[in-house]
Amino acid sequence: MKKSVILRRVIAVGLVLFILLYLLQRLFVPKYITGIVEGAFVSEYYREENKDFDVIFVGDCEVYENFSPIALWEEYGINSYIRGSAQQYIWQSYYLLEDTLRYHKPKVVVFNIQSLQYDESQSEAYNRMTLEGMKWSSAKVGSINASMTEDEHFIEYVFPLLRYHDRWKELTSDDVNYMFKTKPITFNGYYMRTDVKAAGDIPEGRPMEDYSFGDKAWEYMDKIRLLCEENEIELVLIKAPSLYPYWYEQYESQVEDYAAKYNLTYINLLEHQDETKVDYNTDTYDGGLHMNLSGAEKLSHFIGPVLLEHGAPDRRDDEELSRVWEKEIARYNEAAGK
Amino acid sequence: MLFTSYAFIAFVLVLLVLYYAVPKRFQKIVLFCGNVFFYFLSGWTNLIYLGVTILSTYTAGVLCGKNQSAQKEYLKAHKEDLDREAKKAFKAKEKNKRKLIIGLAIVLNVAILTVVKLPAQFGLVMPMGISFYTLMSLGYLLDIYWEKQTPEKNLFRYALFVSYFPQLVQGPISRFSELTETLYKEQAFDWKNIYFGFYRVLWGFFKKLVIADRLATAISTISGDFETYNGSYIFLEMFLYTIQLYADFSGGIDITIGVSEMLGIHVTENFIRPYFSKSLKEYWRRWHITMSTWFRDYLFYPISITKTMQNFSKFLRKHFGDRIGKRLPVYVASFIVWFVTGIWHGTTSNFIVWGIVNYVILMVSEELEPLYEKFHEKVIPADHKAWRFVMVLRTFTMLCFLKLFDCYVSAGQVFKAYASAFTFRHFGEMVNGGWLNLGLSGLDYLIAGLGSLTILIVSLVQRKESVRIQLSRKPFALQALVCGSLFVATLIFGAYGMGYDASQFIYNRF
Repeated sequence: MKKSVILRRVIAVGLVLFILLYLLQRLFVPKYITGIVEGAFVSEYYREENKDFDVIFVGDCEVYENFSPIALWEEYGINSYIRGSAQQYIWQSYYLLEDTLRYHKPKVVVFNIQSLQYDESQSEAYNRMTLEGMKWSSAKVGSINASMTEDEHFIEYVFPLLRYHDRWKELTSDDVNYMFKTKPITFNGYYMRTDVKAAGDIPEGRPMEDYSFGDKAWEYMDKIRLLCEENEIELVLIKAPSLYPYWYEQYESQVEDYAAKYNLTYINLLEHQDETKVDYNTDTYDGGLHMNLSGAEKLSHFIGPVLLEHGAPDRRDDEELSRVWEKEIARYNEAAGK
Repeated sequence: MLFTSYAFIAFVLVLLVLYYAVPKRFQKIVLFCGNVFFYFLSGWTNLIYLGVTILSTYTAGVLCGKNQSAQKEYLKAHKEDLDREAKKAFKAKEKNKRKLIIGLAIVLNVAILTVVKLPAQFGLVMPMGISFYTLMSLGYLLDIYWEKQTPEKNLFRYALFVSYFPQLVQGPISRFSELTETLYKEQAFDWKNIYFGFYRVLWGFFKKLVIADRLATAISTISGDFETYNGSYIFLEMFLYTIQLYADFSGGIDITIGVSEMLGIHVTENFIRPYFSKSLKEYWRRWHITMSTWFRDYLFYPISITKTMQNFSKFLRKHFGDRIGKRLPVYVASFIVWFVTGIWHGTTSNFIVWGIVNYVILMVSEELEPLYEKFHEKVIPADHKAWRFVMVLRTFTMLCFLKLFDCYVSAGQVFKAYASAFTFRHFGEMVNGGWLNLGLSGLDYLIAGLGSLTILIVSLVQRKESVRIQLSRKPFALQALVCGSLFVATLIFGAYGMGYDASQFIYNRF
């Protein structure tokens, strides 16, 4: 057989196989539309037509459930977005920030320091929920390499079919309906919950042998700080007012020392309950771990002036931007039942 | 490096590119570097074991060869000076020297193999493939001793033979003359080799990932908790393990042969549809063929022709007649072979007893042969289709029982499991959903079942001719469809990745 015929055949088979595998991959990857939706958050950022955000929040559930960019816009004209994801580790926050800087340069970055307590990734499922949504870039490569647990393989991020091939047992109509296009879950990264579950008795944290944050956590804390400095971004550190996981005094003093050393603003919202007016009977949907809509709007009301003070502008005069926000506000109000 | 790991796939791809990209005279260097790299990844200390085997057997082979040449030259030079007796004495003296050389190398390598095969509590980790490359090297040495093989003078070429990576994981146990025929050749890139080799590798991956590794979960659940899973569960375990072992072992050999084919190297077949065997004797001619023939050629025959055995035979003939004089020495030699085969698989009692049980069944069958013949004359001919089918089923059932010896770590536990099985305890529980609590869902069983059915169909089709050759005569679209379906089925239904434990090949343990 002629070499050219063989080559043509190989190319033809390769092409068909490529298309088939692409379709299978689209079918098999989780869609995060119902049930666990947290895996959908990171990718939603790329859908934003106008990415000229002045404030970017990075962190775990303590940012994406506790602050409402819609409330910040409506009340203060702050154009913000939350790049949050479930159990987002500090190295993932760093790379998400690096990824964000590929699109625009915010004036303020708010980082929730809860993740300083982790020095290694705890679970592959959480890694997936943050990393898969990222578009391919050196930031994503870096984030994958920094996050992978012992059993994970880089190639399974490149070809997620290798990871999710076993989902043939659990495919649902969502997998077909949202094979190519999914619907938005968040409101500029904010995950809205309107239900209420009052906080009960919160047990004291168990004593630990060592309260020091790990080297890797500090390394990435430094990287976030330096990245912000290089790009002339104001870095604001916060601790969301979640009642658990327990926030130890020893943790607090380490963050305070760091903030003081580098002249950073650090706000522990657990200590500002009087000002935020967060009511743990009505403002949380899971007994004090995360805020519901009411709590998130209260925290947004509190944090808004801080952001303005650090250079976030009031852009309500920007007509084009206002039009973009109007659409989001309508969707937000509808979801909130306002 | 597991055959079914991403690292192995990447390794083979890189090796193939380099192998065909470099000038042909450098191909062997590329391959040797690949061998060392592959083995190095299993642990650098393992390279020491491999190195000792290569150096000791190479040196012994060369010395033996030199002695043979020197003997021939001496005899040629002194053709006229020496009488027959002197020649005989000289030959015997030289032969003893060679015996000593070869003997030392054999003792050294067998000692290493025995030590590393000691049970785990002795704290030694068995180097990957040592059982296979040791037998390959010893076979080579014995062939030199018997003057069936000329020694390889080039250490590099010899090392390439012993360390050839595809067969380090689980064999086959290649013969020097067979493997080196293509191993030492310069290979031109050939699409056909790549295509056929790829097909074979894919088939191996299908067997291993879709069937063997899927079933591994249920089997380890049963064997790992005898207190809970006894009684009727043991029958399920035997049946599943018999399928798993074939899919696992033959799948691994398919990968070995396929990768070799892509490199243009021919590796001996190790299986010929063993579960179609009508007797245990036939089964051992079709299962792990290279091991059976190795033990036959390098242990059974040599033992049978030893002076002691011949004297023993003479003694028996004299005192008990021809029949016993002829048979008993064979049975004694067979016993030794099966005892060693058992130990070769593992030094724990389950493997030793397994070898002896195989021996007993084979010898009893041999003794009952005249009875069988009478039965076939009077009742049903041996080659009747229905009878053949019954015999295949009988042999398969027997194998299910025999393979249980692999599932437990001592012979006592195996016999306890047999006894438990025949109480038929938990039968109701097992059929009423218990089988679904072994880590496999109904869909998993369905996939494993369909996969096994595919193997059965392929086995039936390939009786006439290799399926790949038959397919290659079909239209290209059909070939592409079959190949693509196999690839996608393996990719989707394979038990690999997160959520699955990467399973070692079972024969890697031996």
